[in-house]
Amino acid sequence: MKAAVISFPGSNCDEDLVYALQLAGHEAELVRSTATQLTDFDAVLLPGGFSYGDYLRSGAIAKFAPIMPALKQFAAAGGLVLGICNGFQILTEAGLLPGALQCNEKLNFICEAEPLTVVNNATSFSNQYAAGASITLPIAHGEGNYYADAATLAAIEANHQVVFRYADNPNGSLNDIAGLTNAAGNVLGMMPHPERAVEALLGGTDGLGVFASMASAIEGGTHDQRADA
Amino acid sequence: MIKEPTPETIKTQHSYRELGVTDSEYNLFTERLGRLPNYTEVGLQSGMWSEHCSYKYSKPILKTFWTKNDRVIMGPGEGAGVVRIGSGKAVVFKAESHNHPSAVEPYEGAATGVGGIIRDIFSIGAKPVACLDSLAFGDDFTAHNKHLIDQVVAGIGGYGNSIGIPTVGGEVQFDAAYQQNPLVNAMCVGIMNEADIQRGKAAGVGNAIIYVGAKTGRDGINGASFASSEFSQEESADRSAVQVGDPFMEKLLTDACLEVTHRFHDDLVGMQDMGAAGLVSSSAEMASKAGAGMTMDLDLIPQREPNMTPFEIMLSESQERMLLCVRAGQEAEILNLFADYGLDAVVCGHVDDGHQYRLLHHGKVVCDIPVSLLTDDVPTYTTQPEKPQRLVYPEPDFVPEVTDVLATLNDLLALPNIASKHCLYSRYDAQVQTNTVVLPGGDAAVIRVRDTDKALALNTDSNGRLLHLDPEVGGAITVAEAARNLVATGAEPLAITDCLNYGDPSKPEVYYELAESARGITAACKQFNTPVISGNVSLYNETDHVGINPTPMIGMVGLIDDLSAITTSAFKQAGDLVYLVGATGDDYNGSSLQFLQTGGYAGRITGFCLETEAKTQAAVLKAIRQHLVTAAHDLADGGLAAALVEMGAAKGYGITGTTALTAAQFFSETQGRFVLTVKPVNQAAFEAALGATPYAQIGTTIAETVDLQFADQRLRTQMQTLTKVYEEALACQLK
Repeated sequence: MKAAVISFPGSNCDEDLVYALQLAGHEAELVRSTATQLTDFDAVLLPGGFSYGDYLRSGAIAKFAPIMPALKQFAAAGGLVLGICNGFQILTEAGLLPGALQCNEKLNFICEAEPLTVVNNATSFSNQYAAGASITLPIAHGEGNYYADAATLAAIEANHQVVFRYADNPNGSLNDIAGLTNAAGNVLGMMPHPERAVEALLGGTDGLGVFASMASAIEGGTHDQRADA
Repeated sequence: MIKEPTPETIKTQHSYRELGVTDSEYNLFTERLGRLPNYTEVGLQSGMWSEHCSYKYSKPILKTFWTKNDRVIMGPGEGAGVVRIGSGKAVVFKAESHNHPSAVEPYEGAATGVGGIIRDIFSIGAKPVACLDSLAFGDDFTAHNKHLIDQVVAGIGGYGNSIGIPTVGGEVQFDAAYQQNPLVNAMCVGIMNEADIQRGKAAGVGNAIIYVGAKTGRDGINGASFASSEFSQEESADRSAVQVGDPFMEKLLTDACLEVTHRFHDDLVGMQDMGAAGLVSSSAEMASKAGAGMTMDLDLIPQREPNMTPFEIMLSESQERMLLCVRAGQEAEILNLFADYGLDAVVCGHVDDGHQYRLLHHGKVVCDIPVSLLTDDVPTYTTQPEKPQRLVYPEPDFVPEVTDVLATLNDLLALPNIASKHCLYSRYDAQVQTNTVVLPGGDAAVIRVRDTDKALALNTDSNGRLLHLDPEVGGAITVAEAARNLVATGAEPLAITDCLNYGDPSKPEVYYELAESARGITAACKQFNTPVISGNVSLYNETDHVGINPTPMIGMVGLIDDLSAITTSAFKQAGDLVYLVGATGDDYNGSSLQFLQTGGYAGRITGFCLETEAKTQAAVLKAIRQHLVTAAHDLADGGLAAALVEMGAAKGYGITGTTALTAAQFFSETQGRFVLTVKPVNQAAFEAALGATPYAQIGTTIAETVDLQFADQRLRTQMQTLTKVYEEALACQLK
């Protein structure tokens, strides 16, 4: 898998994500958000951090970055897009994922290892996990409380778009949602940080499955979107 | 625009006094200058001659610190100190206090404290890799105090979380002594290649002075003088002396400055952050270090507000600004690099022949004074120290009464100083950069050093109540405890940074505390081979003439040269042998048990010996490095009782066993002790490694239960119930 990691001004997990992907045996490179093309990549990842300082509202300014039209094009063509934490916020702001992320229920930033359940292992981001698997991934966010209106939420559930749910819902997310895909299944947003769980030395390797699942989906041809044009 | 007083008016009306300049200091300045200074020049004097910039009271004491050994590459005097760690790499660290700003504006005060210390680290050319915070608050948990705690924690998180540097450790203490005057000390640690060290100097006639970062505004004007004076309840108009932080700007600034350091290493002559006393201190100090002169045109300084006066421009402490000296002819490329990051950068001056410090404003010379008049000619003061009465006649030794060991243990665990601080540190991102091996909550944080087999152990320690009882011994204990914390993770202590938080140094008793504690710190530094490589002084921590406890914060860094030897404090499995290492005595003065039973701290400090402590630490480190230890924890506040609960709480293991200690000694705070666990198969090798160090096997780890037979009582309970008290007590108080 050859992955692009988009670096917005203020992204602070961009290098961590590149490091994690490379450690897991994938090709990965940083692409500045001032770029306007995303050719020759199998997948595009939006890292955590505080794009543009998250002033105004998390992800609200990033959606106007020069890279965004190319990202939308990549996603529309069926390419795999993963947004982690601030990346998830950017994807909802940009309309690539339904719903919104608001302040944590208790208003404070939370940094914790959180137990999660893999509720749908039939996606391009979770196929290497067992169905119903319990995994632990770190979270670190102030605005991770997932919200969607009732009709949207019902559609998300009916369409099996929820991939990860919190076991102990730390931030007040509706339906314990920790990560979900778009209706087509090629765009995933998640608040927990899989790139922080790829080495036993640092406390666990449960995050590797996300990247392995993406690589597997790409190699399996179900998501061969390498746009050479 | 405010009309500034003329030089003559300044003299006749004593206007300099409002800026914190004394009559004799003004007269000395005038005499050396050979004429009356104008308002801008007196302003520069007030900033540069403040305690914060000149160390005029503390310099005679700071000179006594031990600052060098074969590992120290750069000691005090630069933005931060640098220590060699092998493989061509070095660790850079420093701590800084932001007590006064945090008292009046807790969120921004704490946030800008973090921002300032980070700039000190990358100004050396190092990548900041970790932050730690040492906090002290009052212990009454009124609405005001809870607000203060909440906002300080939020400010640290607000800055640290977004800039992408993990906040990995620190400490917080609650004591009535800090009720009016909280302590907010921030430490930052960086890693760099030895070859890339950058110094803050402006050398080479004609070389360019470049200003980069945020525009200069009217925030934090003369903050250095503000930090060098006392508070009074009546005056709350000091809010304008507090700066406002922008971590997003600082993230860009950090990345850009590090790129300049690497790409233009030969063209970058020097770099320094604009911290206390802003533009004047950074520029004057850079010129002073090179023995050079400097001219700056203030019309070129990016300004946030219209009509700023030279006084305001020079003394503003607006955040996120750096000053660079760049080889003439290379300015354009560096300005372009900053432009790519969207940062304001301008050439605002140049290095001059001679030694004058000249400022132009609207085409006029508004300052023309020798650089050394700002940096070197500051008088130093020594107060005649006087031993406080409480130390001349200490209270008799405290004799506790523990009739129900379980009840006492539960009460102890609920003390805010003992209870888990999880509800505070979980608000900081401790993992960004993905190097944090040991997270907050243990003895010390551990971060690995990429591309090596090494890791660094980091912590901060302060113990104002012990210094209140004995400044010298308390100072030594603070260093010893910091070292003990690092050793418990498997690290060899390398060096320290300090924040010296004290009251008004012109008071003989405060000066005594300062001088005596420095003696204790120095003795301990030599014993543990940990020189002082950087630091900061925060004096005048008084409100309405009542001072805080003398509180030196020691930030210590240790080296682990084998990742497989990193040890944490949590009990790992049932069946491990539990050892108490180091002798336990009846040492209750200043202990948590004394506080619990009397509501205060009093008496002499007993149960501490530097040499013994050093031997014990060496033996424990040896056993850990031989992979004979499964968990290690130092004994501090709350003694063995607190340590065992802390070790068991993480994974729900308890202990069963028998000890010769009395129930009271369970709470004794004899220094220099550890609890270690060992697999039965390693028992003989472990005991051999300890050699002559006193030890006792006090039990075995067991799932869920605590069952300890003391000489006079038996403690039986479930780990879960103790954990609940330990985990929830502080969170409940702060609700």
